[in-house]
Amino acid sequence: MLIGKPPDIPSSEITSREEYFRYLSRRRFLKGAAATGAAALAASRFIAPRTVQAGTKLQTVPSPLTTTGEQLTSFDDITHYNNFYEFGVDKGDPAKNADALPTRPWTVKVEGKVAKPLTFDIEDLLKLHPLEDRVYRHRCVEAWSMVIPWVGYSLSEFIKQCNPLPSAKYVQFLSYYNSKIEKWGYEDPGIYWPYSEGLRMDEAMNPLTLFTFGLYGETLPNQDGAPVRVVLPWKYGYKSAKSIVTVRFIDKQPPTTWNDQAPSEYGFYSNVNPNVDHPRWSQKTERRIGLPFYAQRRTTLMFNGYTDQVASLYNGMDLKKNF
Amino acid sequence: MKRSTLITLKTLAWIACLSVAARLAWGMVTNNLGPDPSAAIAFATGKTTIWLLAITLAITPLRRLSPRLNWLIKFRRLFGLFAFFYATLHMLTYVALYSGFSLAAMESDIARRRFITMGVAAYLLLVPLALTSTTWAIRKLGGKNWNRLHKLVYAAAICGVIHYWWQVKTGVITPLTITLVLAVLFLARPVTAWLQRRKARAAVAA
Repeated sequence: MLIGKPPDIPSSEITSREEYFRYLSRRRFLKGAAATGAAALAASRFIAPRTVQAGTKLQTVPSPLTTTGEQLTSFDDITHYNNFYEFGVDKGDPAKNADALPTRPWTVKVEGKVAKPLTFDIEDLLKLHPLEDRVYRHRCVEAWSMVIPWVGYSLSEFIKQCNPLPSAKYVQFLSYYNSKIEKWGYEDPGIYWPYSEGLRMDEAMNPLTLFTFGLYGETLPNQDGAPVRVVLPWKYGYKSAKSIVTVRFIDKQPPTTWNDQAPSEYGFYSNVNPNVDHPRWSQKTERRIGLPFYAQRRTTLMFNGYTDQVASLYNGMDLKKNF
Repeated sequence: MKRSTLITLKTLAWIACLSVAARLAWGMVTNNLGPDPSAAIAFATGKTTIWLLAITLAITPLRRLSPRLNWLIKFRRLFGLFAFFYATLHMLTYVALYSGFSLAAMESDIARRRFITMGVAAYLLLVPLALTSTTWAIRKLGGKNWNRLHKLVYAAAICGVIHYWWQVKTGVITPLTITLVLAVLFLARPVTAWLQRRKARAAVAA
């Protein structure tokens, strides 16, 4: 670690928030300089060759729902190790290709079992409720994990504004999809786009369910699901739909992309559960991204360690059957 | 081939074969293997194994193309043993970094996860080939028996490719290249054998 010399911290070494903000301020300075001349641009490229597209700093407040005692995964790894099939199937593809995603203007359509269909502009969503810093563990079904400092507010705050009818039992999220832009996804014959995910209403209303606009204190990089996504820290990563354009309230369980793909491998609930293995690999342990090879392996926790907050949602349910 | 040329070529082959392991070792020491080092190690060792197997399988068809390529046989054992070396590293990666040396985890994996079952099968098929790779073993077994035993390399390669396909997720087609290469090499055998027979017949007729 190069803690003693902040100006030289490469993004891959950033792990703590303080360091990150020091890095951010330096980067912003470099960006300003870049605007003034080509030489400065070249210099900033040289110093920080892997920065992602411009992020805007977000005003945030602390949250009691944040996860403590975990070392944060670096910004570099969070933005260069992604599953976002619309932009390619390799982990490095989304960082290369997601620049094409047009994140402004952006609206989120609300439809289905609601008092009245609505359309929210992204700028209004950002102001709907104070944005909170929430560190969550993130566990992928592929048995790797990260610790990510998200920015957002509880989805329940948004749902309240949508006035769902009592008949709304589920929420469905549809991701942005345009085959002209996301041509990588278009080439995959196995998946029906747009990406669809869904939750039971009580899951969606749980305070942990985060309507997410940023990470590491600034707006989401495109490859992480800009400009707005959901994050469900107690479920496998693919439940956390990215780049949401439609929120649909419905009375029955919605079709979800990976469940459609392989129902025996990916359930509707997809709660992190070390006692239910994926048919092709064990879910008892996971690899923490960004750590040295000898330190990666760790035990997977029930509900990814969020049992206290979410176990009551599944009282009386057989989680082996409803995996 | 001149002895000095052979020594030079063998040295180069050793360096090429060891370079993957050297790069991995360097990456491990400097913690520079990307976001997911365990996966990087597993992928590099597995990929090198299957490609070295393909190289050993390419030698016979290439020799049949022209008698001037006969010297290639002098490299087959080297590549074959390096394939086994990387297969062993691949296996150790699984044992150490994936199952954390837990016998229980390995047992349940091998019994229940088909891609691991297939990988272990491929490895076990390579073991007798590596053990009988010495000149002494060839002499002891006799050329015919040794050849018959070493046909197992086809089975090992097929298991290896299936293991690869079963491991990658839906939509990923990275194993396609090696699958096609091995398919061509497998088909090359009957084709080159037939060409040789025809040539022999022509020679007899003449």
